[in-house]
Order: sequence, then structure tokens, then C-alpha cells
Amino acid sequence: MKKVIIGLGSCGIAAGGLKVKETLQSLADQATPGLIVGETGCMGMCYAEPMVEITDEDGHRTIYGGVDEAKARKIFEHHIIGGAPLTASVAWDSSSAGSEKDFLSNQVRLVLERCGAISPESIDDAIGMGAYEGLHKALGDMTPAAVIEEILDSGIKGRGGAGFPTGLKWKFAAGYDADQKYIICNADEGDPGAFMDRSILEGDPHSVIEGLIIGGYAIGATKGYVYARAEYPIAIRRLKIAIEQAESRGYLGKNILNSGFDFNLIIKEGAGAFVCGEETALIESIEGNRGMPRIRPPFPAERGLFDKPSNINNVETLANIGGIIRKGAAAFAEYGTDESNGTKVFALAGKVKRGGLVEIPIGMTIREVVCDIGGGTLSGKSLKAVQMGGPSGGCIPAELLDTVIDYKSLAETGAIMGSGGMIVMDEDNCMVDIARYFLQFTQSESCGKCTFCKIGTKRMLETLERITQGEGVEGDVEKLERLAHQIKNNALCGLGQTAPNPVLTTIRYFRNEYDAHIRDKKCLTSQCKALIRFGIAPNKCAGCTLCAKKCPVGAILGNAKEAHSINQDNCTKCGICRSVCKFDAVVVE
Amino acid sequence: MSDYAGDRSQLIPLLQKLQNAYGYLPQDVISRLSERTGIFVSQIMGVATFYSQFRLEPVGENVVKICFGTACHVIGAENIADAICRELGTTLGGTTEDRLFTVESVACLGCCSLAPVIMINEETHGRLTPDTARAVIQDFKARKAAAV
Repeated sequence: MKKVIIGLGSCGIAAGGLKVKETLQSLADQATPGLIVGETGCMGMCYAEPMVEITDEDGHRTIYGGVDEAKARKIFEHHIIGGAPLTASVAWDSSSAGSEKDFLSNQVRLVLERCGAISPESIDDAIGMGAYEGLHKALGDMTPAAVIEEILDSGIKGRGGAGFPTGLKWKFAAGYDADQKYIICNADEGDPGAFMDRSILEGDPHSVIEGLIIGGYAIGATKGYVYARAEYPIAIRRLKIAIEQAESRGYLGKNILNSGFDFNLIIKEGAGAFVCGEETALIESIEGNRGMPRIRPPFPAERGLFDKPSNINNVETLANIGGIIRKGAAAFAEYGTDESNGTKVFALAGKVKRGGLVEIPIGMTIREVVCDIGGGTLSGKSLKAVQMGGPSGGCIPAELLDTVIDYKSLAETGAIMGSGGMIVMDEDNCMVDIARYFLQFTQSESCGKCTFCKIGTKRMLETLERITQGEGVEGDVEKLERLAHQIKNNALCGLGQTAPNPVLTTIRYFRNEYDAHIRDKKCLTSQCKALIRFGIAPNKCAGCTLCAKKCPVGAILGNAKEAHSINQDNCTKCGICRSVCKFDAVVVE
Repeated sequence: MSDYAGDRSQLIPLLQKLQNAYGYLPQDVISRLSERTGIFVSQIMGVATFYSQFRLEPVGENVVKICFGTACHVIGAENIADAICRELGTTLGGTTEDRLFTVESVACLGCCSLAPVIMINEETHGRLTPDTARAVIQDFKARKAAAV
């Protein structure tokens, strides 16, 4: 019998995947009793959700994208009943054909191996594809020191952004003696524009659990925590199910796999504070306090959660561990560059044609990811910049698209590897506005503990707001740079130290836009509302009244078949009139 | 609540449960929580005001969350927010007079490939334009009315 699965990660559900599942299941109940329409996590092609995958009796796999109820009926009729794929709608198939083959064929899937292939709520599916084999090997054949050695050999660095070698981190934590130690998974994915960790937790929660147990064994921790964002209800629900399953199979609890090692796992739901992604703030939050960073040293490896030695790793880092132990460090180190090994998962979004979850070997260029895998800009307009690393990262301009993706090369551009957000911007985006956007975010998320971050980011934001409102003065850019360096050098934690990065990179690569705002009071991309006004060119306006109908504030006046005009007092400059006009009659003045 | 006595690390989960029950954290509930746990009101307030999840004011029956993540921002979240606020007759952060809707902004819902995105209660809607955003609200209202 054929196997049918639907991608039901957050994106799939949001795009209407549940309805498609219902439709297919009810068709199957009538025509092919016994056929169960299964579900899986994120298949990665978020831009083509909802997605349906059909595995034929001979193992041939076909993925359909953009499936709505009507398309689902067609697919059912032609492919499931008729046995012939609906060729025109195929996104990808296992003979590497299909409209979306470029998206998948350039990727290497280590972390996401099971994501989108298994049912995230089935431990048997996960085990069938290698889950917990690494745990068997670690507990059965390896000492904790040997596990740490293997992780060190693999060369994996922390995937949360900072890039500290994971093996070294474990070695430090293992080096302290205590009656209780903790291992914590940081799933407080707060960067706007990033969804790698959510997709991993939703698609393959067992990979993270396995990583935590192996890590606990390596450093001598018997208790683990997963600190997850409350905004991710599906991820939390699936993680809870996975933990229960792991307990029932003896992977969690007392005397795991008869090794004498005990390990328990607790989920802590965050309550919405970006700074809790910083490890000492996260510890404060688990303890029930305001999530404010601690002064280091002592580092968490010495005194962390409840003052006990603790180790914190990011979701993606932990999801790599099982595979490294199972396949060996050398297999992992095959991928990557001299500087760093393995793969990295990116959340490709913004103005890109094919946005989604992408896993690539470290060492690929940004161009290969954005243009070859992502297909370039959605609008077809020229690409202006790629923002990497979210509020802690920077904007990399189009001329640096051939930069190799590894920790060092990205740092040289002023951006960072970051947790994996990759936002594509085209020529319509104002870079001063982007800098203001990120600073507004970090400023409102600043916990207020240290002066440089609390007051420094506030002053920077005020300056940027003035510039975007056309009230900038000569010397503002220099003032921003001065403040930025002071904050970078003196803030207490990573949030403050990296907050100026979006401003510094946009000044470095797009200084002309700052100058245009300050000197000419002009926004080159017509994005900053204070600096533009909309008008209607009478010689182009056909008087079709469409803009007047669509204007949310009724600011457009004029009779049918006569040239219209805009009442500037009421206009909110939303630009809807410009986007609906079929005659290009709405102009920016 | 007695299970939690003395374990300070349970404060956030407790507040989350209370907010689930009441929809927000009323002052007298915070006072009673303080009496029962021995944690000072000032400390509870410190925690409750630090995290964006906690509300000290009641909210509408339905909560519309408008995503202002990076992807949504570059694609036009502001126009979506504007359209929804106009449709409902309230402002960002405000509640409608009939107390049916509260409109909030959120940092990122993590569905960046479907930007711009909003969430009504637990329901996510993506790839919106100001027009379709208004339609989503109208459709939601109609479904609610039909369910009554």
C-alpha cells in the first residue's frame, strides 16, 4: 500500500495542512480503506506548504507542494488511485526531478535527517532512522571521557551563535565535582526571523532528548532541563510526548540501558524575554527570577543552575550529538572547512523566492544559499543585502555574497554566524530603517541591569529615529559609531555586546543612505514615511477609482474616469494605493 | 498551590497557570499568591512585569497577535497591523469596546516563510495583505457568531 504523509509543522498547519489531511483521509476512507494519512514535521520547503508526500509500493517518493483541498482531490484520484504522479504539480521526487529540485539537491541533511521524514510523535519512526543508537553506543561502549573526546574530535561548535567548541564546554563542566550537575537545552529561540530550533523540536524531538542524555552522561549530570519558548506550543507538546515515550522505553529514568546512569528531563516554559537566550539569564529564569544575566566568572560550568555546575547547549547543537556518536567524529568532520566542521541549519526568509529551512555544509557561500537554493529574490528585483544573525548580527551587502559561511569569515564582515536567521532584502528596503528596527527590538528587550546597554541603546535608538524622521544632523553617524563601540566593549552580556552590530554594518556598507537621510532629508528607497509623500500623476491616472476604494482612510478624492488626487492631511502613507494602481499613476514625491 | 511551598523556581509556572485560569494576573490573586507562598508581592511583581507573557490588565475574549519579526517587518507588518486595528476599531495593544478582541504585537511567531503572519488565539494565518487580513478577521467574527 502507498504511504501518504503531510508536513504538519507550524508552517504547514498555518498554511492549511490540517484541512488537506482531513480531505485526503476522508477520500481514503471511502476508496482505499486501511490507508492512513500520516503526519510529519517540517519538510523544509516552507514556501510550498502545505506539502504532501506519497511513497509508492516500490519505495519511490513524490512530494507535492502548495496543496489545497482541490489539488488534494486531484492527487488522490491520479496518483493514489490511478498510480500515475500528477507530474505538473510535483515539487520533488526521489529520482531528483520536480520543480523544486534545486532547493533540496544542494543541501546536506545531518541534523534534519529525520525532520520531515518521520512522524514526530512516533518513537518507533525515530528509532527506525537511527535515533538512540548513539546513546546505546555511548552508554554501552564508551566512558564519559571518551564521549567528550569524540565530540572534541568532531570539531562541532555551539550552533546558538557564539560558536564555542561544544566538546570544550563539556570538558569544563565535567571537570567540576558536585553532588548534582545539570545539563540545559536552550530552546528560547528569540531572534526574530529564526525558526530552526522550533522546526527541529517539532520535527524530531528525540534528537534533542538523545543529545541531552549523552551530554548528561559525559559531564555527569543526572538532571536536564529544556527551556523552551512559550510561543512554540506545538514544539512543547511534541517534546512532552517524546519525553514520555523515551521514559517508557527506558531511555530516561533510572539505570538507563543497564548502565547504572540515571537521567531525568524537565521542560520549563519561558515567559517571553529575549535576554533569556543568554545562558546566565536563562539560569535565573529557571530559578524563578527576573531573567537578568549574572556577572561571569564564575561561569555556569563551575556555578550555574542552583549554584551547581551546569552546561547549556543550543537545540541544534544537541540534535547533532546523537549522529556524531553514532557515525563517528570523522564522518561529521568530513563536512565543513578548516575553521569549522559539519553543517548549519538556516532559516531562509524575507524577500526570497524559496524560503524555508535549509541545512548546508559549512563552507558554502551566501550566494549559493540565497540564489541557488533560495532562488534569488521573490520580486525579481536586485538583491540588496542579507541579514544574518538577527539583532546580534549584521547586514551583508550584495557585493559580499561570495563570503564563505563559517564563523570567522562572517565575523570579518561585521555580521555573525548567529543562530541561523537569514533574511533577504531587495532594493526596496531601507537600511537605516532596518538598523532602527533591530535596535528598537534590542532596546525594548534590554533587561536594564547594565548602564551601557540600558542607556546606550536608548540613545542610539533615539538618534536613529531622528534620522528616519528627517531630523538627523551632521555628526549623528559618528555619534552612533562612538556609542556602538562603547556598548560593544562594556555591556555585561551578549545582548548588549552585539546590539550595535546591525547599526555598524549598515553604516559600513550603506553610509550613502544615512547621508541621504541626514543631508538631503531623503529616503532613497521611499520607506521612511516622514520623508515621503504620495501623489497621483494626472496624465497617467485613468480614474478607475480602485485606489480610492482601497484607501483605508478615504484620503483619495476624485470622480470616476477623472484624475484622482490625494488629501495629504489624511494620508497615512501606507502605500496601498501605489501597490494596487494598474497604471503606475501613484508616485512618491 | 501547597505543592509549591518553598520552591522559588515554581513561581513562573505558577503565574502561568494563574494567568491561564484568569486570563490575566489580578492584583488580589497576586496578594493571595504571596500569602500562600511566602514570596513578597514586590518580588512577584518584579517577575510578572519582567516577562512579556504576563498581563496585569484583563484582555479581550480573543487575542490577535501581529508578528513584527524581521521577515514580517520587511514585507509589511505595519500595514497589516493598521488594517486589523481599523477593522476592529482599536489600537495596537488595545482592546475593543465590546471586549471581544485585544490586538497585540509580538516579536516573532517563527513562521517567517509565511510572512506577514498573525495569530488569532491558537490559529495562525500567513501570507497576508491588508485586504486578506481584514477578511480573516471578518471570517473569524462570522464563525464566532455562528458558533453562539
